Amino acid sequence: MQQTFAVGIGGAAGQGVATPGDIFAKIFSRRGLHLNAYNAYQSIIRGGHTFLTIRTGPGKVTNMGDGTDLLIPLNQDSMDRHLKLLTAGAACIYNADTVKPGSPADGVQLCPLPVSVLADITRNKVAQNTLAIGAGLHMMGIGFSALEEVLREQFKKKGDAVVAENIGVARAGYDYAAAHFTAFPNALPKTEHRYAILSGNVAMAMGGAAAGVKFYCAYPMSPSTGVLHWMAAHARKAGIMVRQVEDEIGVINMAIGAAHAGVRAMCATSGGGFALMSEGLGMSAMIETPVVVINCQRAGPSTGVPTKTEQGDLWQMLGAAFGDYPRVIAAPLDIGDCFKLIPEIFNIADRFQCPGLVLCDLLLSEGRLSVEPKELDFSPPIDRGELITTNGATPDVGTNGDYKRYKITASGISPRAIPGVAGHIHTVATDEHMEDGVLISDEFTNPVQRRAMMEKRMRKVTGIEAAVPAPALMGPRNADVTLIGWGSTKGVIEEACEILNNQGISANQLQIRWLVPLHGEAILEILRDSRHSIVVENNYSGQFARYLRSETSFVPDGHIRKYDGEPFMPHHIVEAVKEQLAGKTHLSVPMHEIMV
Amino acid sequence: MATSTQRANQLTMADMKGRVDPDWCPGCGDFGVLAAVQKALIELQIPNHNVVTISGIGCSSNFPGYMNTYGMHTLHGRALAVATGLKLANHGLTVLVTGGDGDGFGIGGNHFVHSMRRNVDLLYVVMDNQIYGLTTGQTSPTSRVGMKTKSMPFGNIEAPINPISLALAAGATFVARGYSGEQKHLTELIKQGIEHPGFSFLDVFSPCVTYNHDNTYQWFRPRVKKLEDDSAHDPTNWLTAMEKSLLWGDEIPIGKFFERTDVPTLHGAEPVLDDGPLIHRGLRVPTDAARSFVEELM
Repeated sequence: MQQTFAVGIGGAAGQGVATPGDIFAKIFSRRGLHLNAYNAYQSIIRGGHTFLTIRTGPGKVTNMGDGTDLLIPLNQDSMDRHLKLLTAGAACIYNADTVKPGSPADGVQLCPLPVSVLADITRNKVAQNTLAIGAGLHMMGIGFSALEEVLREQFKKKGDAVVAENIGVARAGYDYAAAHFTAFPNALPKTEHRYAILSGNVAMAMGGAAAGVKFYCAYPMSPSTGVLHWMAAHARKAGIMVRQVEDEIGVINMAIGAAHAGVRAMCATSGGGFALMSEGLGMSAMIETPVVVINCQRAGPSTGVPTKTEQGDLWQMLGAAFGDYPRVIAAPLDIGDCFKLIPEIFNIADRFQCPGLVLCDLLLSEGRLSVEPKELDFSPPIDRGELITTNGATPDVGTNGDYKRYKITASGISPRAIPGVAGHIHTVATDEHMEDGVLISDEFTNPVQRRAMMEKRMRKVTGIEAAVPAPALMGPRNADVTLIGWGSTKGVIEEACEILNNQGISANQLQIRWLVPLHGEAILEILRDSRHSIVVENNYSGQFARYLRSETSFVPDGHIRKYDGEPFMPHHIVEAVKEQLAGKTHLSVPMHEIMV
Repeated sequence: MATSTQRANQLTMADMKGRVDPDWCPGCGDFGVLAAVQKALIELQIPNHNVVTISGIGCSSNFPGYMNTYGMHTLHGRALAVATGLKLANHGLTVLVTGGDGDGFGIGGNHFVHSMRRNVDLLYVVMDNQIYGLTTGQTSPTSRVGMKTKSMPFGNIEAPINPISLALAAGATFVARGYSGEQKHLTELIKQGIEHPGFSFLDVFSPCVTYNHDNTYQWFRPRVKKLEDDSAHDPTNWLTAMEKSLLWGDEIPIGKFFERTDVPTLHGAEPVLDDGPLIHRGLRVPTDAARSFVEELM
């Protein structure tokens, strides 16, 4: 097992949990360490309980992990919730003036900071945070200059006096720890790597820019709003038109309008907004204008738990909009993949002139991960498909001409002329239509034509299947247990497999990225060798397990499900696998021990 | 809606005809609106491949199919949202949005209000027949109190929307009302609406001869009075326009209620579009911008 170190910072919203988090994240990444950050919070601007976990290490850190090495509770509530979960070797830094510790487990070091003695708390309201950062850094074996550099950047805009004061407070915490607390036995390592730290929302927004998105619109909705924020802040540099729209119905229709004019258009929302968009998706499919829609899932149904994660929208995506139509659905596997997936799905949507749906979730959208900067490639392959943007050899006449927007072809793909191109005038319609776009739904319904158009559109499915790779098995072919997951659970399942393998239970993993098309045959081929298969997913009803069964008739041996709003931790999966291999149950629902 | 600078050579009525003939009921007011739109485009000589006609769903929303321009027959109530996206992606195109009162003021009411405050540069023509026609005769948002329909057989008890007052309140920069029975007047309003830089709203009385037996040609003819004939009417005065918009009864004003040209259009207000329509831009983010996006995260 690789070595990792996790810092947990807890407090009320508005108490400044984010700033120490950002500072630690910067320091870790500048040491060349990987990191993964997950913030557990509620739908409240001030108050409540926020708990940020930053886990770091020299190797890839794919999830929040199982424990906290250093706890920094900024208030009593955080102390009460988390101290009891610390195990031997961990430490807890807290404000001795305002927070009383309970009794920790043996081997947990309590590190009280006399905040009012070390800093002028009448001047500096967040002195306790800065002192704790300084103290924590000393205990991790990191030189003070790293912190000084970050504080200088952080407070630069507020002037030299504020910079000096904060450095002074941090130094006091650092020196106090040197004199009074025991440092962790292993100093945090240092490497020559440099990573970019980003959230899934930023990754998807940047992936959109890299894909050539020229139009982005949205209605604010947690946890997708970060995509809008990045797009809005970078629109002018990236040359992207960004609009905030009156509702998600407006969003999808505006995006389709822009896409129809010929640009790449994208929008993001969460489950509730996606529900409003579904009629629009049918239009995208019917008029064959490609659009990419991101759904950042949160715990539902209805308003649900807006700040908590879930994989509960799979069937909504599968069934969005009435009627049969070709669609593509993909779930990014991690935050780096959030970037990579967007250009890929745009290429598929453009080639096959159909909606491309991205099924993300809060865990990735709002989590943060260290990513190799070269993985953020702004020159990915771009394939716009059969798009007619100039009239070429067609004479510049305004007459109807012979152009058939919905020409029946073997592939089902009809070359798409964009408005403004002479000689290709046509009307697209959400009503069923003939090859030239003329309606067959009104005056003259025509069963032969209807069937031909339906089959033309649906023929694209074959092409899409060929364009999308089949999933592959990770780990040894012949394992005791195969864990099947989709999307964001990749990292935590990977780590669970590693733990199981270390404990003598061989485990492998099948992680699904392309949900539609699913490649059922290839999946069955992989699962044929499986001795014990378990589907792991973040929802109540086993939505993926049901989908897999509907597509392949495959029935797994067991299920591990979680629907409490919090993501899986590796030990949840490990313990569930063990109880299932021991024959105790077929359905494990791990309890989330942390009250956040 | 500003005129495209490009002019076509000698467009005629034949050039404007779509692939199929209208399937509206004989006598439908929409015929007159279609003819007026076609005449206006001919008079303005805008190349028809640079025009996009966008509609929602309903009898009048079949409109784009009867035009020889690019067309989009979209979803019920959503034409303005689609048109906004299309205009922002290629603001070189002339955008006409057509539809009915149910489509625009009922299911599409939200987009109607927001498109006006945004001052999207397009002409929105509502064929207002005060009834749902394609669904065979139900009350619409502009049906008068007391009107009996299949959905309110004992008479409508809900007050109607006043589209003109609503447009004025929402910030539309060109607000007019036409009547399908006044062809020349209507054509002139359409031309002005197309040439106006910003959101042009044109509510047109377009009688439904099948389902609305209250608001017929015979009912409208003696009542409609052209604002252009009233020498005291000042279309730059918003307050008096609002007052005029409230008139209904024996005299109903038609014509241009209000116009202002000092408000930037949505595409004109957005610096991202300073370098021309998005559709003509390269796909790639400039290298230095891309580099800075990644460096921010380091």
